[in-house]
Amino acid sequence: MIQLKVNGVDQSFGGEPEMPLLWYLRDVLGLTGSKFGCGVGLCGACTVHVNRQATRSCVTTMRDAGGKEVTTIEGLDKNGLHPVQKAWIQINVPQCGYCQVGQIMQAVALLNSKKKPADYEIDEAMAGNICRCGTYQRIRIAIKAAAGEMT
Amino acid sequence: MSQIENVSRRRFLTGGIIAAGALVLGVRYYHKLSPGDKLPHDTKADHATLHPSVYLGIDPDGAVWIVASRSEMGTTSRTTLPLIVADELDADWKRVKIEQALGDSRYGDQNTDGSHSIRSFYDAMRVAGATARFMLIQAAAQQWGVSAAECETDLHVVVHRSTNRRAGYGELAKAAAKLPVPKREELKLKPKSAWRYVGKGQVSYDLEALVTGKAIYGMDARVDGMVYASVEHPPVLGGKVKSFDDKEPLKVAGVSQIIPIDPFQQAPGFQPLGGIAVIADNTWAAFQGRKKLNISWDNGANESYNSDSYKNELRATSHGPCKVVRNIGDADAVFAKGEKIQEADYYVPLLAHAAMEPLVALAEFKDGKATIWAPTQNPQAVQDIVSKELGIAKEDVICHVTLLGGGFGRKSKPDYAAEAAVLSKKMGRPVKVVWTREDDIKFDYYNAVASMYMKAALGANGKPTAWLQRSVFPPIPSIFDVNAVYGDPSHLQQGWTDIPYDLPNLRIENGPAKAHVRIGWLRSVANIYHAFAIQCFTDELAHAVGRDPLDYLLDLIGNPRTIDFKGVEYPNYGAALDAYPWETGRLRNVTEVVAEKSGWGKRKHGKGTGVGIAAHRSFLTYVATVVEVEVNDQGEVRIPRVDVALDAGLVVNPEATRAQFEGAAVFGTSVARGGEITATKGVIDQSNFQDYSVARINEVPSQTNVYIVESDAPPAGVGEPGVPPFIAAFCNAIFAATGKRVRDLPISRLGLS
Repeated sequence: MIQLKVNGVDQSFGGEPEMPLLWYLRDVLGLTGSKFGCGVGLCGACTVHVNRQATRSCVTTMRDAGGKEVTTIEGLDKNGLHPVQKAWIQINVPQCGYCQVGQIMQAVALLNSKKKPADYEIDEAMAGNICRCGTYQRIRIAIKAAAGEMT
Repeated sequence: MSQIENVSRRRFLTGGIIAAGALVLGVRYYHKLSPGDKLPHDTKADHATLHPSVYLGIDPDGAVWIVASRSEMGTTSRTTLPLIVADELDADWKRVKIEQALGDSRYGDQNTDGSHSIRSFYDAMRVAGATARFMLIQAAAQQWGVSAAECETDLHVVVHRSTNRRAGYGELAKAAAKLPVPKREELKLKPKSAWRYVGKGQVSYDLEALVTGKAIYGMDARVDGMVYASVEHPPVLGGKVKSFDDKEPLKVAGVSQIIPIDPFQQAPGFQPLGGIAVIADNTWAAFQGRKKLNISWDNGANESYNSDSYKNELRATSHGPCKVVRNIGDADAVFAKGEKIQEADYYVPLLAHAAMEPLVALAEFKDGKATIWAPTQNPQAVQDIVSKELGIAKEDVICHVTLLGGGFGRKSKPDYAAEAAVLSKKMGRPVKVVWTREDDIKFDYYNAVASMYMKAALGANGKPTAWLQRSVFPPIPSIFDVNAVYGDPSHLQQGWTDIPYDLPNLRIENGPAKAHVRIGWLRSVANIYHAFAIQCFTDELAHAVGRDPLDYLLDLIGNPRTIDFKGVEYPNYGAALDAYPWETGRLRNVTEVVAEKSGWGKRKHGKGTGVGIAAHRSFLTYVATVVEVEVNDQGEVRIPRVDVALDAGLVVNPEATRAQFEGAAVFGTSVARGGEITATKGVIDQSNFQDYSVARINEVPSQTNVYIVESDAPPAGVGEPGVPPFIAAFCNAIFAATGKRVRDLPISRLGLS
């Protein structure tokens, strides 16, 4: 049995240890906020936090998630909206929205480690998250707006 | 049995929709189900107390239900169309509840493609709102014993000013429902000065759901008892399974069944591709099972397809005489005179859609009926193909439309939904088919690979005295007819037969090309390669005669005029030419606006930097774009700034429109930088984002400024028109910065990145 914590709740998993965390979250727990985009860690749509680090859940096995604390978009802020989510609303970032959960989780991790990221630091941190609709310009603005709120 | 009421008395609203070429049925399904009944095609709007339109219902508590009959893939149409209803109704947007329609022909056309949602449904939405408002005013006037002419509305209430009486829409709904539905001619639509929402800008109705992970896409659809499927398709289009291992996959934990799917018959259309499906109790197990199938394939005739030699064939065809699709004067006679001749070949490869949500559909076949949940741009096409595949009536296919994680045209083609339906029928239980990213890229309906040959004779003043252009590309109709090899008018019109220049001698030709993969619509479609060729060739000519590219472009566009399409089959994107004439003055205007806003000719550009310009009309919208690039010694291209001016007629939602044009610059960046699909022996070479690259945050324009030109012309498209001129302007900027002319896309072919 693999033990882990998902959004603060203890969970145990007795299935295939090689199963990626993404499919456990989506198909087993029914937490569908984290998205399947590429399956090989190239697009960032599946980004969650594992022990507070932004992690591609599609290439993280359940074995590796064992003993860890996993946070998904569903558990990002118990009291409603995280400042990054508020900034995403304020700047009206999403178009189709499919990648945005991953973008938000990545941005939260960035701002947790760097309070006022410069443009190049935003680009560096966010370059693993693809948005096919092309909301990047607004993502950059929203991260800066959230940085102001989180200080 | 469900009851079908003849609603002739209630007279469904048809005027605006008929004008858009769509059909509204005057039937209404009542929600009275007993076992075995047809499933309801009902909405809450249908059941609301006041229900004067298929799109609208008002309940006694004041709730306004508005039906979004078109799909939401990020363009905000699910919000913007209801916004038009709410404006004419004078409704409080906070009390509007949007419902997503099922696939149902009573809504008219639901194929959310071609950038025409607002254009085709603007009038229908206004009429729906105005009708309800008319009835509410009548009801209030009757209750108060005053003339309706003395009453007005003010945000969800009817008001009689002189007696200071007010009544909310909710309290009037019941009385209003007893009144006859007014005729279109009786309605007085709001004047522009009274518009509350239209033209002001509105964020998505779903915005909070989108940032909290609560939004439900096709990938997130679930029903009790469903299983997951992943399908190994024939690697070459039209291939068939010779043999496979039906034992090893079953040893994978979670895998329960292996099910062959028949290959498609004749032309692929929207039929399933065929192959072997692996069924499992979770998605990942189904993926794992596929790896053990060990299939031996009969690849069939398309095994001969290689992109390199195919490119040479297209080019060779374009260098000989092709089918003339438009002619003015005698270009050959001028070419023969020996003036300065300029020639160039342009090439755009196959392009994949690669929406962030891979293809996915959930289907449940039960008691002779199929229910589908799919991220589809076209639920009625889902009904059509599923009914054909399963041999059931179209009415017995219920298609729920989820949110779409991007579409870009791919999700208008419901092969994936048909696949889920076929599997569910074979299994007798609900099945969710999940395509991997590799499936999504390898089994697309690609934007056509195209080769364009351009030739101009340049007169003494540097202007073209004769112009010849030939395009050769496998056409979209080839998915329905394997013998279709020529471009059809609806794609030749896309920036080709409607070249905006005032040319004394012009010949436009199109050559034949046989398709070996499925060809389909992708955001901007044929405009991508046509605008690339014409707008970059124009830039070449400007440089050849030493003219400023902006001045030269304006010179070629010439004085404002309406293009005469006599003798040309020009569908004008399905819109009437008298309502939407092709006005070169509007193209000229956006070109001048963007030149001014971007500081064309005024800003200094140092070594390795440059700006490019392009102008193009597509989907009835006029766009001009200026792109600024920086190219370093390593050939790395940065895009510090993009300026784009557009005239889309009346812009209902400027906020969403700006977002679409910002996104178009990014989509165009992807096409120009790295978008290329190739095939070797009929097998697509690319598989995922490592070899089909799409633009990332560090590769896109740092800043895209969007200027919307005020216009009283009827509304036109905004989803697609930003892409074509961006690509051409970007390539022209690269020439300005480096002296390297991009004639083949992507730019990586020139050693740029």
